[in-house]
Amino acid sequence: MELTPQPPKGAPAKSRLRRLGAAIALPIAGILLSGCTLPSFGARTPETTTGQSVYHLWQGFSVGAVIIGALTLGLILWAVLAYRRKDDTIPKQSQYHIPLEVIYTVIPVLVVVALFVATVVVENKVLAMPKTDVSINANAFQWGWGFTYKDHNAVAIGNTTETPTMVMPVDTDVKITVTSTDVVHGFYVRDFSFSRYALPGVRNQFTLHALKTGTFFGQCTQLCGLYHSIMYFKVKVVTADEYKVWLASFDTPEGRLAAAQAKKVLAEQMSAHVPVKTEISRGAN
Amino acid sequence: MRIESKILLWLGIFFGLMCAVYWTWSLENAGGVMMFFAMGLCFLPGLYYFWWSRRMGYRPEDDPNATQETGAGYIDAFPGSSIFPFTLGSGAFFVVLSMVFGSWLLIPGLGLVIWAALGGIAEGRRGGDK
Amino acid sequence: MTTTAHNPAVESHGHEHGHAEHHGPRGILNWLTSTDHKVIGLSYTITSVLMLVIGGALAEVIRGQLANPNGHLVTMAQYNELFTMHGSIMIYLFAGPFAFGALANIIVPIQIGAPDMAFPRLNALSYWLYLSGAITMLLGFFVTGGAANFGWVGYAPLSDAVYAPGAGADLWIGGLLLTGFSAIFTGVNICATVFYLRAPGLTLFRMPIFTWNLLVVSILILLAFPILTAGLVMLYADRHLGTHIYSVAGGGVPVLWQHIFWFWGHPEVYILALPFFGMVTEIIPVFSRKPVFGYKGMVFATLTIAALSLGVWAHHMFTTGVVLLPFFSIMSLLIAVPTGIKLFNWIGSMWRGQIWFSTAMLFAIGFVVTFLIGGLTGIYLASPPLDFFTHDTYFVVAHFHSVVMALVLGGMAGLYYWGPKITGYMLNERIGKVQFWLAFIGTQVFTIPQYIVGLNGMPRRMAVYPNDPEWQTLNTWSSVGAIMIGISTLLFVVNIVASWKKHPAGDNPWDGHTLEWFTTSPPPHHNFFRLPQIRSERPTWDHNHPEAKALAHGKEDH
Repeated sequence: MELTPQPPKGAPAKSRLRRLGAAIALPIAGILLSGCTLPSFGARTPETTTGQSVYHLWQGFSVGAVIIGALTLGLILWAVLAYRRKDDTIPKQSQYHIPLEVIYTVIPVLVVVALFVATVVVENKVLAMPKTDVSINANAFQWGWGFTYKDHNAVAIGNTTETPTMVMPVDTDVKITVTSTDVVHGFYVRDFSFSRYALPGVRNQFTLHALKTGTFFGQCTQLCGLYHSIMYFKVKVVTADEYKVWLASFDTPEGRLAAAQAKKVLAEQMSAHVPVKTEISRGAN
Repeated sequence: MRIESKILLWLGIFFGLMCAVYWTWSLENAGGVMMFFAMGLCFLPGLYYFWWSRRMGYRPEDDPNATQETGAGYIDAFPGSSIFPFTLGSGAFFVVLSMVFGSWLLIPGLGLVIWAALGGIAEGRRGGDK
Repeated sequence: MTTTAHNPAVESHGHEHGHAEHHGPRGILNWLTSTDHKVIGLSYTITSVLMLVIGGALAEVIRGQLANPNGHLVTMAQYNELFTMHGSIMIYLFAGPFAFGALANIIVPIQIGAPDMAFPRLNALSYWLYLSGAITMLLGFFVTGGAANFGWVGYAPLSDAVYAPGAGADLWIGGLLLTGFSAIFTGVNICATVFYLRAPGLTLFRMPIFTWNLLVVSILILLAFPILTAGLVMLYADRHLGTHIYSVAGGGVPVLWQHIFWFWGHPEVYILALPFFGMVTEIIPVFSRKPVFGYKGMVFATLTIAALSLGVWAHHMFTTGVVLLPFFSIMSLLIAVPTGIKLFNWIGSMWRGQIWFSTAMLFAIGFVVTFLIGGLTGIYLASPPLDFFTHDTYFVVAHFHSVVMALVLGGMAGLYYWGPKITGYMLNERIGKVQFWLAFIGTQVFTIPQYIVGLNGMPRRMAVYPNDPEWQTLNTWSSVGAIMIGISTLLFVVNIVASWKKHPAGDNPWDGHTLEWFTTSPPPHHNFFRLPQIRSERPTWDHNHPEAKALAHGKEDH
């Protein structure tokens, strides 16, 4: 590829460019056609539906980044190796090459538009709020989490010494509402490839749809003070039956007592701070 | 001077457009207000320079064929050295520390600021400190 | 005494060395009272490099703590102070002042043929406010309760009086107020200097790119810094005057702080970056013996970056759930376009040149490569779904450390390039090259494991982390990289000592292009005895190589 101005020879330079275009386009087409055989580019395989959309977007961005990065790095390396100073002559003082400059303005704009379209498609999937009966309220405080379940007695609360576990059913849309009673926290589960702030005064809602049972590791990601580093929680994804059994365990007399006690602790934790003010978030979802 | 003012005015126009799009789309006020004032902060000096460029006319530094002789000579006189920036800076230092350690620090702080302000103005009038 | 500034006429004074009409005070009093932009710039340079060393030392402690999952080097409370002050020192006290206070202060007036800054005393005030701010912020380590511990972004309500009651937080706010005003005054000064004090014939579109970038940075400073100052005053009011601007309890909105902070914070990223882009744009063409490729495209790219930079702040807030995602996504993605133009222009400037691999050029190329990595990973973060995935993990930490380490490499390039002009003596090239390779390889060893561990789900600002062997290996590598960067920075200090007053530089050691290489090293008081005719953005080159003018496209065959 020529970066310096060429006398208007026309055809040869153009065909070289076309060949270069083919050299780039072919591997991309190949990779895109082969679909899911794309490498992970370092990302973990996510265990939710939205996580998988994000994963594919990640792969798409990575293909672009690797191609552009390799091309640019190759050009730098070529320039560095080929144009070492050999003598004292002054090279040609070319300063402008308008067609080339237009090319490397227009192509990035097109790439950006493509990335943006892909982003919006995935974003709408990730932020979709399908109707569902399972609704969990995740309340963050310094330094722990309390999970309460809409229409059920069930509750899970824990802090830095006793890691709390959020139980949710597999293959079901689960609506999560994240709130905070004190400072900004972050709800993040690495295997779900998703995070959302717990903001005081805001009810942040999103949907998780787990594809696999198991216990996943979650953590507060937004700095929230002294014990931020160990503000862990777990997400236990169980089958629908197990979930029902677990919910029912809070309906026995002992279960009710335990739930009432846990809710009292959570209420104390929350009353120590400020009540959560409902605020509809605009624009985002 | 004309191009200088145009840079600021075009930036201001861009911020104005961006502000209009953002504010009507997001209905979020903090960003809308800040962008609006960013636009204002561009128009303020931009219009001033525009007005000034019409009074000032064509300067040697705007002339692509100017020779160095056209710009030679007296520009301005100003102090070759001055203690007052240091005085004013340390005054501000104490004023800020008074926000943390108690208002008694305002005494040295404001004292230094006032001394620097008076001394600096007098120095500027004289055009030097001796 | 009064100094009268004159613009020199061509060749009128001949070429005298070292002597000027200026007889100011000497020694410490000179330092305290000087209004000469070169003395102030040098003070800025020394102070900000000292801040780099202090911030770097804190970083080494942080990396020492993280080399093990359960590090016991510091407590969790100390760790929070450490990364807060590391970030604050590096961003507020090193990168910013170094970018627009240090080399800019020395070089911009000379590049446009001016005798000094437009407001010399205001310039001195900027420095004293900066120094006061730095001392104020660092005092935090010596008060009860320790330094600020809520991260360099100081998110409310963690930074309010309930959750951060100590004096350290107030000192942090106070230090930022002082350095903020210092930045605003510098912005005013550079704008006025560039608008009013250019040499005859130096039209706006003949200004060196470094000066162009500093002009754009100054405009951005004037747009952004007042907002930070206002936000900090409100934070202080919340803490001590009983207002409830950022606290839910009194009807305030915590997210407002994030809006205000990032409305300053994202232009700030470009305020930090553009001066270093400018340095590299000066260095690459000089050592390739070519004009900068696509000069006008470069200028418009800078202006586009500035224009877009005010509309992207909330890409730091995608996961708050209360911002307009598509708007900020497309604006942030679009910034990649002008940045890419710059990158290709740098390559174009090297293309078919005669590249001389001096230390400055090596650092400049190291900057381009590191910045490419940081830029490409930044594109991911402009996409909200990918930001949900990586936000507040080490992926983000690695991304911005790639960028800022690129800036550090660019700054080193600038110091090696302009150091001889400022001091009059060359720096040792051999030590310089060792320093470069240590810094460059160290940067990649430092950041690449962080990208991987971030994708594996390690959040940032963790004093301890789960005992995962893979995380530990990656963190240990990252710590090794940090040590390499640390050693390379020490080598720079060694180099200054080793080459102190050894090899005189002469006026133009690199066959430079711009006006600073036309005057003596170091330049006299008021900078010039004579000026060449200015007919392009490379007056010194045109003067030395009248036969080798820059060629426009299509106007010239071989």
